[in-house]
Amino acid sequence: MINQSLKNLSQLLASKAVSSVEMTQTFLERIRQYNPTINAYITIDEEKSLAQAKAADSLIAAGTATTLTGIPFAQKDIFCAKDWRTTCGSKMLANFIAPYDAHVIAQFNHVGAVNLGKTNMDEFAMGSSNETSYFGGVKNPWDLTRVPGGSSGGSAAAVAARLCAAATGTDTGGSIRQPASLCGFTGLKPTYGLVSRYGMIAFASSLDQAGPMAKSAEDCALMMNVMAGFDARDSTSLNHPKEDYTAKLEQPLAGLKVGLPKEYFAEGLDADVAKVVDEAIATYQKLGAEFVDISLPNASLSIPVYYVLAPAEASSNLSRYDGVRYGHRTAQYDDLMDMYMKSRAEGFGEEVKRRILIGTYVLSAGYYDAYYLKAQQIRHLIADDFKAAFKQCDIIMGPTVPSTAFKTGEKTDDPVAMYLQDIYTIATNLAGLPGMSIPAGFSASIDGHDLPVGLQLIGNYFDEARMLNVAHAYQQVTDWHTAMPKGIE
Amino acid sequence: MEWEVVIGLETHTQLRTKSKIFSGASTAYGAEPNTQACEVSIALPGVLPVLNKEAVQCAIKFGLAVDAEIAPRSVFSRKNYFYPDLPKGYQISQFELPVVGKGKMTIQVPATSKHEAYEKVIHITRAHLEEDAGKSVHGAVDDMSGIDLNRAGTPLLEIVTEPDMRSAAEAVAYAKKLHELVQWIGICDGNMQEGSFRCDVNVSVRPKGTTELGTRREIKNLNSFKFMQQAIVYETQWQIETLEDGGKIEQATVLFNPDTGETRAMRSKEEANDYRYFPDPDLLPLAITEADQAAIKSQMPELPEAMKARFESEYALSSYDASTLTSSKAIADYFESVIQAGGDAKLAANWVMGGVTAKLNTEDKTIVDSPINAATLAQLVIRIADGTISNNAGKQVFEAMWSGESDVDAIIEAKGLKQVSDTGAIEAMIDEVLTANATMVDEYKAGKEKAFNALVGQTMKASKGKANPAQVNALLKKKLDA
Repeated sequence: MINQSLKNLSQLLASKAVSSVEMTQTFLERIRQYNPTINAYITIDEEKSLAQAKAADSLIAAGTATTLTGIPFAQKDIFCAKDWRTTCGSKMLANFIAPYDAHVIAQFNHVGAVNLGKTNMDEFAMGSSNETSYFGGVKNPWDLTRVPGGSSGGSAAAVAARLCAAATGTDTGGSIRQPASLCGFTGLKPTYGLVSRYGMIAFASSLDQAGPMAKSAEDCALMMNVMAGFDARDSTSLNHPKEDYTAKLEQPLAGLKVGLPKEYFAEGLDADVAKVVDEAIATYQKLGAEFVDISLPNASLSIPVYYVLAPAEASSNLSRYDGVRYGHRTAQYDDLMDMYMKSRAEGFGEEVKRRILIGTYVLSAGYYDAYYLKAQQIRHLIADDFKAAFKQCDIIMGPTVPSTAFKTGEKTDDPVAMYLQDIYTIATNLAGLPGMSIPAGFSASIDGHDLPVGLQLIGNYFDEARMLNVAHAYQQVTDWHTAMPKGIE
Repeated sequence: MEWEVVIGLETHTQLRTKSKIFSGASTAYGAEPNTQACEVSIALPGVLPVLNKEAVQCAIKFGLAVDAEIAPRSVFSRKNYFYPDLPKGYQISQFELPVVGKGKMTIQVPATSKHEAYEKVIHITRAHLEEDAGKSVHGAVDDMSGIDLNRAGTPLLEIVTEPDMRSAAEAVAYAKKLHELVQWIGICDGNMQEGSFRCDVNVSVRPKGTTELGTRREIKNLNSFKFMQQAIVYETQWQIETLEDGGKIEQATVLFNPDTGETRAMRSKEEANDYRYFPDPDLLPLAITEADQAAIKSQMPELPEAMKARFESEYALSSYDASTLTSSKAIADYFESVIQAGGDAKLAANWVMGGVTAKLNTEDKTIVDSPINAATLAQLVIRIADGTISNNAGKQVFEAMWSGESDVDAIIEAKGLKQVSDTGAIEAMIDEVLTANATMVDEYKAGKEKAFNALVGQTMKASKGKANPAQVNALLKKKLDA
């Protein structure tokens, strides 16, 4: 059951071969067994999950179920879920019980899906290895000595280790796609504004976007059907007509024009990854895709631009964690300023503090024009690069990440090396474009471990259905996406 | 040396919307603490702002009322600072691109012993939308401070002037005019006690004749015109004395203490915050089209300036009368209702500005509380105009109406105030008076005009005040000069 597609799980439930309660129990048992090692979940609440499963079974019995009714999903701990502890991976919110549902959570609840638990993540989604979580790192199921990527590392490990049917994630600079690449599954970051941010704890508001993390493109499509849609509570939510993301899955790829940005195949890309990507390109050629060389000349500026804009927004977004109304408050303080300083010093981890400092600095009088304003200007140039590129091609392909999963602790002392993990993914967020990572193969075995490699697809605005179609076609002729890590059967 | 004071105002007007500027929580005043604080008001993790359309409409109305540029594109920015009653750690405001740009307002400065009344144009620099903060409540719980977030997120329009005012009187005249205007166009309830209209006054002084601005100090949060007057006078004097004593003015924020009548520095510039303004990524730029403006314009009431001009031309009123009658929307509406009910415009103006205003002032009431409604006052005015009663008799009728009677004709009947306009009856009375006052007649004939007035008085007395005075005058003159 654990390796089944969402469609098959749905059929199992509809045919009453398995009940939602049984399905949920199966995953809860796996969580009990593997989570102590992998640490994918921060919060499990079996009682709540089983109550939802029971309710789902009634819907199924009453014949009012829809495709995802009764299926157990893991939810990134960045989404507020009513009556669930919602920590965002931080000590600051270690005891915060959300009194309301995020839009994404409400959408899953609305179709009767089951919340299996809240998954681990880098603190406030700031990190590429899940090592900044207050609740400890997450282990990559393919090699427990390595990181799963981040910031959606818990969701990534949960999907890879089959500790859920599928999971949600968020992607500000690559936080869905990079872990998808490192853990060998399919992840989609939609067009900015397609999925409401309401109730999703903000890191960098103009970049944050929620998306599905699942075993296949088809699974992602089914989740997008639930997650996407206009929400009046998010002013940046786009009033895009509701789509059925599964509708175009089976379209043939003949005539598809794929752009290969030369900047994504330059120095810094591991040979192992390059080899896998080249093989994937060859497969696509067989499927009828045509390839053109394109250029994204400002892509190299993505990381510096991102590390001005994202911290700037974060420094302001995280000001609400002041110990006054909720969240961590220091035990002993002399006056108001002392309370602020101690509460925030104790409540935030090192990476979060680093970014608050950077963000505060770039917004300060005298520096704003040189940093924030300049970065905004370059952001437009980066978006213009994509605009030009999409005149030459329908979709862009390349590596998701320059390398495979790295060892735990390997980059913790070198923030810049860590930031380079997102070198191929960040431009997409800056432009607001949709991006995907799909499993495309493995690196040469290291210490007996095969490490997954992801292929990135970048589409034009609102081209999610087309991207899912391109990914699905590949998954019909390859089986990288069905591979499971050893030792978790 | 002669000094000149230079004054500019920043006024926070609380907009009369049902819900907050970025959430659906109620804006009603006076509820139990934190009962009107929704998840957005308390800034829970994950919440997002959504702009209240009504607040934008209020801003457009104000822009149109002061003949201002309304920005086709304006931007909400975050003003970052930490304070316990500021739940997000930033205030959503407008910084570089405000919704309302340059505009102007004409104020009437009342006469004093030193000068005549005069008009002056005050230039509006900008007006921008922003959210209010909550309140810190000290002392509700022993040794602790409480936070009430009911007010957090209440919509404000901050209206900023150029440093155009040159006296406390001008500043107060501007503030009063603005106070009236925002109520006139229905965007603010004007309740200064509840903080719906709060003024910050920037004051600086400079040697008369120079053009460079002196260093200003900002008097914060004045919530009465009386205090504003006192605070500016005190502050101006303090600055002049400081400079004359060889001191220097430091830029500062000051508070006015109504008990001592003094201003005192609250924080100096060295402690000034760097607010790190940047565009709020949670809100899109606000776009206002010509069509949006036109739609709002069509719903707006006639503005005071236009109404004043119309009163002058349509009702042949003096500029002063027209100005007085348009000093508030309620008065103007009352006045026009009297006319619509058939009252003569001049008489209506005199009664509204005279009898009605005097009574209201004595009883500390406003026109909406007047026990005499416009239609009833119109009946009185009609009876005076058609000669049924004299203006003097009208005062007795008015008194009766003020104490609750409403049938004007019945009052006239009951009090026997009907004017005698029968020529024969008046002539008979005049004849009797002339016979009884032969001396006066002689005096008149000898050229003493005063004697004529005395004879009029005698005739009126004989009629018990009921004779039509105009007729008495005419008939008496005819008889004497015959």
